Amino acid sequence: MRATRFKAAVVIAAVSALVLSGCADSDRDEPDAGANTDATLIFGTEGEITTLDPTWTSDSISSRVNGQIYETLVRLAPGTVDIVGGLAETWEADETGTVWTFNLRDGVTFHDGAEFNSEAVCFNFERWHNLPPGLAQSPDMSYYWQQLSGGFAENSPDRTDLGDPLYVSCESPDPLTTVITLREPSAKFPNLMVRQQFGIHSPDALQQFDADNIGGTPAAPEFPVYADEHPTGTGPFMFESWDRANGEVTLVRHDNYWGETATIARLIFRAIPDENARRQALLSGEIHGYDQPNAADWDTLESNGMRLEIRDAMNLLYIAFTQDQNPALEDIRVRQAIAYALNRQAMVDAVMPDGAEVASQFSPPLLPGWNPDVPAYEYDPDRARDLLSQAGFEEGEFEIDFWWPTDVTRPYMPDPQSIFELFRADLEAAGIVVNAISVPWTPEYLAEVQNGAAGAHFLGWTADFPDTINFLGTWFSRPLPQWGFDNQSIFDGLAEADAEPDSETRYAMYEELNAEIMEYLPGVPISHTPVAIVFAPNVTGVEASPLLDEVFATAQISE
Amino acid sequence: MARFLVRRLLQVIPTLAALSVLLFVWLRALPGGPEVALLGERATPEARAAIRDRMGLDEPVLVQYAAYMRDLLRLDLGTSTQTRQPVLEEFLLRFPGTVELALAAMVIAVGVGIPLGYFAARRRGSLLDNLTVGGSMVGICTPIFFLAFVLKWVFGENLGWLPTIGRQSPGADATHITNMYVLDGILTQEWDAAWDAFLHLMLPAIAVASIPFAIIVRMTRASVLEVLGEDYVRTAEAKGLTHRVIRGRHVLRNALLPVVTAIGVLAGALLSGAVLTETVFAFNGIGLFVYNAIRNSDYPVLMGFIMFIAFTFVLVNLLVDISYSVIDPRVRVR
Amino acid sequence: MATQSPQRPLPPGPVGQWRGERIDRLAELAATPPDERGESLTRETLRRLRRSPMAIVGAVVVLMFVVIALVGPYVLPYPPTATVGLDQIRPGQIPGPSAEHWLGLDHLGRDEFSRMLFGARQTLLVGVVATLFGFSVGALIGGVAGAANSLGSRAGQWLDSVLMRFIDLLLAMPPLLLAFSVAAVLGRSLTAVMIAVGVAATPIFARLLRGSMIAQAHRDYVLAASALGVRRNRVVLGHIFPNSLAPVIVQATLTLATAIIEAAGLSFLGLGNPNTSIPEWGTMLAQAQDQLAVRPALAVYPAVAIIITALGFTLLGESMREALDPKLRR
Repeated sequence: MRATRFKAAVVIAAVSALVLSGCADSDRDEPDAGANTDATLIFGTEGEITTLDPTWTSDSISSRVNGQIYETLVRLAPGTVDIVGGLAETWEADETGTVWTFNLRDGVTFHDGAEFNSEAVCFNFERWHNLPPGLAQSPDMSYYWQQLSGGFAENSPDRTDLGDPLYVSCESPDPLTTVITLREPSAKFPNLMVRQQFGIHSPDALQQFDADNIGGTPAAPEFPVYADEHPTGTGPFMFESWDRANGEVTLVRHDNYWGETATIARLIFRAIPDENARRQALLSGEIHGYDQPNAADWDTLESNGMRLEIRDAMNLLYIAFTQDQNPALEDIRVRQAIAYALNRQAMVDAVMPDGAEVASQFSPPLLPGWNPDVPAYEYDPDRARDLLSQAGFEEGEFEIDFWWPTDVTRPYMPDPQSIFELFRADLEAAGIVVNAISVPWTPEYLAEVQNGAAGAHFLGWTADFPDTINFLGTWFSRPLPQWGFDNQSIFDGLAEADAEPDSETRYAMYEELNAEIMEYLPGVPISHTPVAIVFAPNVTGVEASPLLDEVFATAQISE
Repeated sequence: MARFLVRRLLQVIPTLAALSVLLFVWLRALPGGPEVALLGERATPEARAAIRDRMGLDEPVLVQYAAYMRDLLRLDLGTSTQTRQPVLEEFLLRFPGTVELALAAMVIAVGVGIPLGYFAARRRGSLLDNLTVGGSMVGICTPIFFLAFVLKWVFGENLGWLPTIGRQSPGADATHITNMYVLDGILTQEWDAAWDAFLHLMLPAIAVASIPFAIIVRMTRASVLEVLGEDYVRTAEAKGLTHRVIRGRHVLRNALLPVVTAIGVLAGALLSGAVLTETVFAFNGIGLFVYNAIRNSDYPVLMGFIMFIAFTFVLVNLLVDISYSVIDPRVRVR
Repeated sequence: MATQSPQRPLPPGPVGQWRGERIDRLAELAATPPDERGESLTRETLRRLRRSPMAIVGAVVVLMFVVIALVGPYVLPYPPTATVGLDQIRPGQIPGPSAEHWLGLDHLGRDEFSRMLFGARQTLLVGVVATLFGFSVGALIGGVAGAANSLGSRAGQWLDSVLMRFIDLLLAMPPLLLAFSVAAVLGRSLTAVMIAVGVAATPIFARLLRGSMIAQAHRDYVLAASALGVRRNRVVLGHIFPNSLAPVIVQATLTLATAIIEAAGLSFLGLGNPNTSIPEWGTMLAQAQDQLAVRPALAVYPAVAIIITALGFTLLGESMREALDPKLRR
């Protein structure tokens, strides 16, 4: 019964994918008569890319640049969260949900002229599956493959968190058909594969330029020649040069692209780390656009004629408690006291952009699985003090190490310092002693807090793909040092949801889980924040993507 | 002259040696120890063991120092934890930009400062003099990054006369030889690129020039005043030499002596100024790189930077010393 | 003349020399004998100061600053860290001056006027502690070097030369970069900034004390005292040290000015106290950069305050130096 309904659902998905991809094609605008197709578009980024082989990256800047060079089997329709066909036109699973057949697009060539076919696809999957133990399997290196498959052909012996890989094998019965076998069904497959990290590379180039020869250490990796100089994908743009001194990556149009060729001739990504500098560069015409303008600048930018596009808030900012680090946090009353002490609404009003809202649970309202009836924690400092004294802590007796990151802005956290200062004041007003520990985002913050060094800390998440499991599953599917707790009921609930093939049932399970998590309160969800992207007035054709996955191939710059 | 040169060169060596010892101690004093500082907190236990091995951190101190000196002499300054490129390479890539900035700032400071100081001294007590002295004092007391912001705000965002970001306009297709963009543009006859780079240099150079300008003005003024009161000038006046001759032959030459010396000091001010100014203008010189290194705890870069400037300073000192001895032969005897 | 102190080791190049020369000049003023009128150095200096407009302006500014720093925190209209006006803050919207808030609010709704008042104390604290640190350590090193030199023995000469070489090395480095090296080791805190700036000031005081001790070592009254059999250390403590006071005060005043500016620079680089809710002019200026597009005045207030204060100390210090030095008067 389940299997048949599952199969039906998948067929429907496949058909709609076909239809939608067709629609997407025909909806694309014809270039304006006045638009300049020899144009160069310059986009300001918040920093430098890590490298040009997305296998090794997880940061948003590298993802953005690499997303123009490579393509994945499935992708997001521009400007939406709908999953449509990329290099695969259709796909379906069998009754067991473990054997997936992808029907590939014909007539696709790589940038080096090699032909794209199912052998190339399998070569790529086998490459990831067979990444050798050691540095290549480090959580900093192949993060997304680990998210998808959870393991490799041979796991590094010291990595106790790697298990049996989800991926089993890949076959190419004919040049345009790929069959991938999984160990068990999963909600992540193939949805997670919209991420640029699953872009398909040219096997010839991978072999010629020694793409797996990665050396050094996780903090100072030495990337192979392929990753630094010869990225070869199928996308609408090809790599031309990387000027490290000035932080500029230059891409050029791929004339043999299978779809509509790019409407601009060159695409340059320039690193301008200071947000003020980015804004000024845009206002003075030196760049054509940039990502995540400060909320404070939205009005200025719009009144200067800039095109500000605000994306839906597919993210979450939260405070996590690490119960292992501070045993007092194991008492639910203490955790609740902290939640009541924080005036989240005031912070959101003062610091976050228009459209931001206080989060009531650990997933955003836009995704199915959001539960309107979870326990709420309104701002109530008196209640906070009560709960603390019930737990045995009078004024000034409860102490907590509160970590926050410096030198960073994230889509969900545009101004860490202000947010922290406001919350610290709130906590102190409730009689809690706060040990403020500020740590630079790079290199240490993530590693430290994810290893459980903090008592409480800020962190957040922007969705990889549009499913609630991407939020809840990332944090609560197994015991993690970051949260330092062991709640088998939640872990089991998430595992069940992940393996549940019927979406409606899954969404209902998510709702229950959200309620259960908010009762348990492993942390305090803070806010969902809309993230903007801004372009110069003469730039059109780039649709803002809620998952930060903008397509530049359709950009038009008019005179 | 040759003996003088050799003597000065020999004196340089103990200075550098002392500096290397200081740095050696400094690296080991860093929180977390050198392996954490060099690799970052996210280093795996294997990586840490590897670097402990390589640096010989479990060996006796002298052995460690020998290994450290060996790396230094091989010009191996380590790898940046931010960009994952060799530190020395990064410096060589970015230093010419800062040099260009410093040179431009010096030209402004000297070109405007010396005449201003001279005229202020000549017209002592006048409005010009008082404004000059007052202005130079305010200049020293103004935080450079604030001045940079004011310049950027006024001339960049509001008036829009000059560019305020980076060293060249994005997408500019300029050929780089020396990595000094104005010079490169001239050498390759790409006049557009040279002009573009020149415009981008203006505002940062003015900001960086502020403190050297103030110092040069005051020094020139004081120096000229001192010389004007000297006997030999009065003698020359009594002899009936025209003012112009007096000015040229005696006053200026002697007044310039301390100014030349000051260039050595100013190199320091220029470098500090560059670190603070480049960040405001997103100017890709060594200052911005070090600023990011500070914020991101990129210790290999910080250490390499200190060594790098120490070496540069010693070089600058030597050059100033030599030119000083050319101007004033008495120095050589000392 | 001024540069040829006996037995001074050659510095590592003119850089140390130029900075050193000015310090040496100042140091020697300690040994200036009373002039024709028989007045002591101090009284004569004070007389000249009273007539100098630069000194008066400087003194007034310094006095105002000190008074504000000491008294200000008791007359604050609002607590400096309280986000009293948070509900009026929106991204892109920060209220300016009003009847309740004379200088308006900052980006988190705190009263800017109260923060400026409170910041005066923090800023003064940074300047004073850094200068004190520089003076104590510097005087120790310089005093030891000077004493070693005056003892006349071979060992003493050697010790003096080694110490001075080290000091000249520090003197040759740009103060900001020296300060940040120290701050990198000490981590991010206000104390680290104070110590770092103090370390940058140390070589100046060391050289000053040493120079003034040596300059006085050959003065008649010292030779006379030792001829009379007064023990050496009594001479040092009883005469040499007190006479060195005047140049030290001058230098301390000047160092205070640069300490405030350098501390602001370090805050800008992100090395100051990460707890930016506690107001300090340097950190306030650094933070105000992010609000430049919304309310540039938030940067102007602390910047102007820093400039005026530093200027005041500089004017006072420079006028004291000129008043002390007969050669500089005209």
